[in-house]
Amino acid sequence: MIMSSNFILLEAVANAGGAIGAGLAAIGAGLGIGQIGKGAVESIARQPEAMNDIRANMILAAALVEGAALFGIIVGFLAMVL
Amino acid sequence: MKYCLVAVLSLFLLMFAPSLNAQENHEAAAHENAGEKKKDFDAAEVIFGHILDNHEYHLTEYHDAAGNLHPVSLPLPVIVYSPQRGWNIFMSSRFEHGHATYEGYKMEDNKIIPIKEDGSEAEDVKVIDLSITRNVAQMLFALAILVWLMTSIASSYKAGVGVKSAPKGKQNLLEPVITFVRDEVAKPNLGHKYEKYLPYLLTTFFFILINNIFGLIPGTANVTGNIAFTVVLGLISFVVILFSTNKHFWGHIFNPPGVPGFVKPILVLVEFLGVFIKPFALIIRLFANMVAGHIIIICLISLIFIFGQMSSVAGWATSPVAIGFTVFIYMIEVLVAFLQAFIFTNLTAVFIGAAFEGEHTHSEAAHH
Repeated sequence: MIMSSNFILLEAVANAGGAIGAGLAAIGAGLGIGQIGKGAVESIARQPEAMNDIRANMILAAALVEGAALFGIIVGFLAMVL
Repeated sequence: MKYCLVAVLSLFLLMFAPSLNAQENHEAAAHENAGEKKKDFDAAEVIFGHILDNHEYHLTEYHDAAGNLHPVSLPLPVIVYSPQRGWNIFMSSRFEHGHATYEGYKMEDNKIIPIKEDGSEAEDVKVIDLSITRNVAQMLFALAILVWLMTSIASSYKAGVGVKSAPKGKQNLLEPVITFVRDEVAKPNLGHKYEKYLPYLLTTFFFILINNIFGLIPGTANVTGNIAFTVVLGLISFVVILFSTNKHFWGHIFNPPGVPGFVKPILVLVEFLGVFIKPFALIIRLFANMVAGHIIIICLISLIFIFGQMSSVAGWATSPVAIGFTVFIYMIEVLVAFLQAFIFTNLTAVFIGAAFEGEHTHSEAAHH
């Protein structure tokens, strides 16, 4: 392993890129799940009897959005490791 | 109140002042004592040691009077096959945590490497590692618990308990969950064909759930946060989905109805890739959720030791905060364990249902 300053810089940039990417993915997840929560809570306010159905659909949609965000986080992690 | 906060904050920051001066001397001393086994706290090593697979259950380690490090662990069987050397079966304690070689093999970084008599690596010997690593051992244990639980409940149903009378014992635990999977996951998505797929959906749900929960116990292996495990689960789901497709499904993929001509090539490509990407998303979703949860918990606890290296007062001060966060995240991880098992099963059911969806979509398009 050549410990030139160029190599250290490359590795630092790769790590920084991975970490920033993961942070952006987390922002995306927060925005998405926030909107899902907003829609779900407003729907429950409009029709409280449907609360259980709405809650089930909210959980399902949140898991799908979180899956997409976790794709981004895994790619960020791969940028650090590979 | 504000001044009180400022006073507390400045007192906290003051604690770091002695450590800033002592840092250089500390490092010099560390280099001098390189012969001793005591190392600085390496967070990355701790994290990867917990996340990755291992040939032993590492429980704890202690330093004796001379400063040497003694790991305490539960060894597991090593089963290696080599076309040149044949089978070798022995306990991983023979490797003495990397200090010893045994029967022509040594362990480095949890990989078993064949060596020659003089200790150098044997390049021409191919090694197939079929050991009972901690992931395998934990999976087998979860499987045993699951089979015992399910067969004992099934036999009590067969004996008539819980059929015409109220359920007793373990039936009370599982009947609501099984009816939940049948009524909320299988029936809405699979319609009248749900009985064919219900065993597979129930198996997936309970297997992922029980492995998720076992992974949460401190000291156990991280089975569901292992990409190999989730890849196999996703592949099995993919095969089940493929076997339930009918020609309407492939017709919709390669000839989507109601689509203008210039969009068709792109849409066909996207739809075809979608067939593979949907199970791939299942794989990554389960893997990333579980491994991220474990990493967060380990990181929060490692914070205590990282701060403790700077100064022991900082370490003690960080402890209540870090442990509070850890308990909070731990509760979320219990929820995530159930949720990810449910989501995997639900999405598999949705994809299977979409695979054998049939004629009625054609008539819907015609009505538009």
